Amino acid sequence: MKRYRFVIVLALAMLVLGSGAVLGQQTPIRIGIIYSFSGAGGTAGKEFDDVVAVFQKQHGDTINGRKVEIIRRDDGGIAPDNAKRLAQELVVQQHVDVLAGLIFTPNAVAVGTVSTQAKMPVFIVNATTSNIMAKNPYMSRYSMTATQVTVPLAKYAYKTGQRNMYVVFMDYGPGIDSGQTFESAFTAEGGKIAGEIRVPVTATDFSAYLQRVKDAKPDGMYIFLNASGAGTAFLKQAKAQGLGGAGIKIFCSGDLVTEQSLPAIGDAAAGVISSMNYSGTHDSKMNRDFVKAFMAQSGGLPPTFGGVGTYDTFTAIYKVLEAQKGQIDPDKTMDLVKALKFESPRGPIAIDPDTRDIIQNVYIRRTELKGGKLVNTEIDTYPMVKDPSEHA
Amino acid sequence: MIGNLLYILFSGVAYGVLLFLMSAGLAVTQGLMRFANLAHAAFAMLGGYVAVTLMNAEGWPFLLTLPVAALATAIFAGVLERLLFRRFYNVSQLYQIMLTVGIVSMSVASVTFIWGSVNQPVRMPDYLSSSIQIGNFDIDKYRLFLILAGGLVVWALIYGIDSTSFGAKVRAAVDNRRVTSSCGINVDRLFMLAFFIGSALAGLGGALSVNLVGLSPTFALDFLAYVLIVVTLGGHGSMKGALAAALLLGVVDVAGKYYIPQTGPFIIYALTVIVLFWRPHGLFAKA
Repeated sequence: MKRYRFVIVLALAMLVLGSGAVLGQQTPIRIGIIYSFSGAGGTAGKEFDDVVAVFQKQHGDTINGRKVEIIRRDDGGIAPDNAKRLAQELVVQQHVDVLAGLIFTPNAVAVGTVSTQAKMPVFIVNATTSNIMAKNPYMSRYSMTATQVTVPLAKYAYKTGQRNMYVVFMDYGPGIDSGQTFESAFTAEGGKIAGEIRVPVTATDFSAYLQRVKDAKPDGMYIFLNASGAGTAFLKQAKAQGLGGAGIKIFCSGDLVTEQSLPAIGDAAAGVISSMNYSGTHDSKMNRDFVKAFMAQSGGLPPTFGGVGTYDTFTAIYKVLEAQKGQIDPDKTMDLVKALKFESPRGPIAIDPDTRDIIQNVYIRRTELKGGKLVNTEIDTYPMVKDPSEHA
Repeated sequence: MIGNLLYILFSGVAYGVLLFLMSAGLAVTQGLMRFANLAHAAFAMLGGYVAVTLMNAEGWPFLLTLPVAALATAIFAGVLERLLFRRFYNVSQLYQIMLTVGIVSMSVASVTFIWGSVNQPVRMPDYLSSSIQIGNFDIDKYRLFLILAGGLVVWALIYGIDSTSFGAKVRAAVDNRRVTSSCGINVDRLFMLAFFIGSALAGLGGALSVNLVGLSPTFALDFLAYVLIVVTLGGHGSMKGALAAALLLGVVDVAGKYYIPQTGPFIIYALTVIVLFWRPHGLFAKA
């Protein structure tokens, strides 16, 4: 009994002390994060945390004198139900001011319904499928769309003499979107599609596919494969099977040859042409500073487009919240979002007021060995591209 | 045309050899103890990580990492068997599956924690990383090496099972455990040894597969289905069955992808269903 009373007294004391601490200063600004910190998205989760640490070192952890409180939730991968439940919890119980994060499109779509119902601004860090925000007026995106980077690559392939391309993509949503986007963009330029292969998500041996491509003797091959596994093995096998020797150029989306996956691909990545919204070697002071600060934080790992998306998401959040003294209002927030335009480590970016989607440069890069290290060198730029499918 | 067919055979056999190495141990232990060890694929993954770590962090030559990867995996698996698995030999297979699937999940998380979730870089020595050109075909030296090394292991295994007293005991125990132990053979110890060797093979298979298929924490999950198909098609406890099933699976998988890529992964499952209709207990199972 005595011990029981002691516990009650202790609890009361803590309650009093705790509320005193809160009353002593202004209420914090709460940013709810839904991201993948475990499972297949684990690498991205680590990068996210490192970028947030870098960002707050540079820009502080207060906005207008109010402490910024970041409440992280792990959606554990592609899990729309889970993401939706987490969004509800963050909105209803944690009273967050804004939501941010989201790697996977299905999760983003699920969170979209919560966003619209609760008038909750959501800042999307990745989730690159076109048109997912059309029905959700409180969402905005700081990554890219697959279409946005694929169309310029198809144009570039045609411009540099490719007339006959083989298209190989993984047989799942993003893969099909990307492969078909490339096919239609390339044929619109006047090119021909030599053939198409849909690779099962579970495939680990690609020798048969590669031989099929070789048999068709195309000028080049566009590939879209899951960067975390298949893509690396595919490129290595392509080299072993002599596709380069047969004069077949490889084109791909930049997420296959990110700064973090290049060491695993090794020599097989050399010569690959990719398109992306960011390259680690982008030549600007801001990017050099960002890369340096990030690598100090991450223990030597270089940042990828995902990290830059995170960085820009936080820049956007800080900018729109700083502009609102006092109460944070969702409609005011969205007005400010639509006018966003700032310099990012990737180059200039802006938010399209019509679609709340990002407008940015798309860089064509060649992967090459420089100073003993594989890097993506920018060789062409398509300036300030809007997602073509959202402006049809 | 005939060249294409030969090339498909070559690629498929190399892939089949990998599948065999990863599954052979499971086929034997499954036959001996009827223990549904889904964690076997995680052992293969461990072998891969041991090899990659020795190469990248310690600068070991590739060939030297192979026996060490096999041994390290076997020791790890042996400890797990003594501490954990043996307590589950006499319970229903559902519990065994729950236990070993749990271990697969834990292995994915542990590997992510220790090595990170990025694909592991691996550089093969020059004599294995180029290819030999024959006509329109580039024969990947690494696949050639896989077939040769795998062939050697296969020969040793078949010899061991067919012509040594250990092999005879294993065959006897697979056929009838009770009679074997009543003959004075310590089946428990026999099993321990078989488990040890089987896990070593898995570790070797894992180490050999890194250069071909890459290595990330989902490796165990990626190969789980293949390993189970090999064991099921081969018939529990049959080394030759596992070999036949692995080669068949490798060749059919590669040929299916080459000639009818539209079917995707369907073709190997169709193969599995057809074989099981014909021989419900596997290719080499005793009736």
